Amino acid sequence: MKVLEDLGKGTTDVLEYAGGLTELGGETLSFIAKARIRLRETVIQSYLLGVQSLIIVLLTSLFTGMVFSLESAAQAVRYGVGNLVGGAVAYTSVRELGPMLSAVVVAGRVGAAIAAELGSMVITEQIEALQSLGLAPARFLVVPRLLALVVMLPLLAIFADVVSIVGGMWIAQTYAHISYETFLSSVRQTIGFDDVTRGLIKSVVFGIIIALIGSYQGLRTRGGAAGVGVSTTGAVVISIILIFISNFVLSYILFGGATG
Amino acid sequence: MTDLREAPDPAVMGDNLIARVDNVTMSYGEKIVLEDCTLDVVKGAITCVIGLSGAGKSTILRLLNGLRRPDKGHVYVKGYDICHMPERELIDFRSAIGFAFQFAALLDSMTVGENVALPLHEHTRMPADEIDSTVKATLDSVGLEGTYGMYPSELSGGMLKRAGFARAVVTSPDIVLYDEPTTGLDPIITNLLTDTIKHLRNKLNGTAVVISHDLHSIFMMADYIAMLYEGAMIAYGPTEEIRRSSNPIVQQFLQGSEVGPIPV
Repeated sequence: MKVLEDLGKGTTDVLEYAGGLTELGGETLSFIAKARIRLRETVIQSYLLGVQSLIIVLLTSLFTGMVFSLESAAQAVRYGVGNLVGGAVAYTSVRELGPMLSAVVVAGRVGAAIAAELGSMVITEQIEALQSLGLAPARFLVVPRLLALVVMLPLLAIFADVVSIVGGMWIAQTYAHISYETFLSSVRQTIGFDDVTRGLIKSVVFGIIIALIGSYQGLRTRGGAAGVGVSTTGAVVISIILIFISNFVLSYILFGGATG
Repeated sequence: MTDLREAPDPAVMGDNLIARVDNVTMSYGEKIVLEDCTLDVVKGAITCVIGLSGAGKSTILRLLNGLRRPDKGHVYVKGYDICHMPERELIDFRSAIGFAFQFAALLDSMTVGENVALPLHEHTRMPADEIDSTVKATLDSVGLEGTYGMYPSELSGGMLKRAGFARAVVTSPDIVLYDEPTTGLDPIITNLLTDTIKHLRNKLNGTAVVISHDLHSIFMMADYIAMLYEGAMIAYGPTEEIRRSSNPIVQQFLQGSEVGPIPV
């Protein structure tokens, strides 16, 4: 009976969480649809959440592109297909690594920051103060963060794509003596504009996930400083899990069955 | 914004009342905080709610501006039953009720001036220079000249509370709710804040509901006193009547005695 009880409670908790998240998402989107947007705050959040994440996104993408090239270039040359390495690196970067890596890094840095900030505002009664002033926290706090991430995450993914390909190209030339011309020619033949835009669509979805989960975790904080810690950890873990799941679903929808 | 002065049926509560918590029962999880609790808020008066820690005093304030909804009963403000008001309407409605929080709850990413200006920016069409002058005048009225550009972290406890008062009254609301305005402050600042509450009530010609443990301060400002005990309103009346109450619980609380029906 205890197992059934726990199962029931777990199911209720998940449904309650999903309901609360959907409600927050709906409220936020309705404010955006009515253009009730705090523009100055959105610009500030774009800088804090996007521009300040650039270095860490560039570093992780650069080294991931380099590792991918390092692992594949020597093997490709050995089998006589060194001219395909550029395409392989670019294909992976633009479709998967660029959007995914930038999203995971931003989820760790920004998702945690959003949850911690909003959680602290809950425990110091600042959220109640906003409500008592007749201001909806969704409009005041969530809309600027959501818009900032929806705009900045695709831009970060573009930087990640470029840096990853450049890093891969450098390693392919240095380690496997694949010329820059051969590498770039393979990149041009393999990926098209469609691949880039579909990768960016993924980034938009990931941006929505990070902003909504971070905000919802922050706004449901209870229990003082320890509660803020729990919310922050939860924001990162849940965001990353949802990013991986939605990446599979989006890849299936956007690229499903296509081989290039 | 909902204009409380245009409520549909002020007669619901009688002419002299501006708000009424009517037979409210409320619980947090398993714990019942209020049970069949009733409080009348007289128009133009300062009503103080007293009681032990955890008695549900702060919950009363949150019921009065719709931050909490009761499990049972009604909360009327100027004839509106706000318990059944949709959240969207309630958000607009709250802008007509000032709320001064226990720890001020100023937004720490904004300056004091920006905090106080926030409701004016959001709920009025005042030009920026008029908002600036209104905010400065409001800060002056609570004795906070020169703090406009300071951040909340740069203010003392007493100054923070007064900045919270300024934000609560800047839109000239009909009712101002004060949550433990003098807790944790020295006697001089406590007197200053008590005078500020009376001054603001007179200036706005409005109503105030104050939650406090500070009996000296309460007797200085209260027109009416209500006492909460174990979730029930056990006494309510004009200040002098409550001071002379024959209820042993009220007397023990007022005298701060360890001996009596309230277990220590």
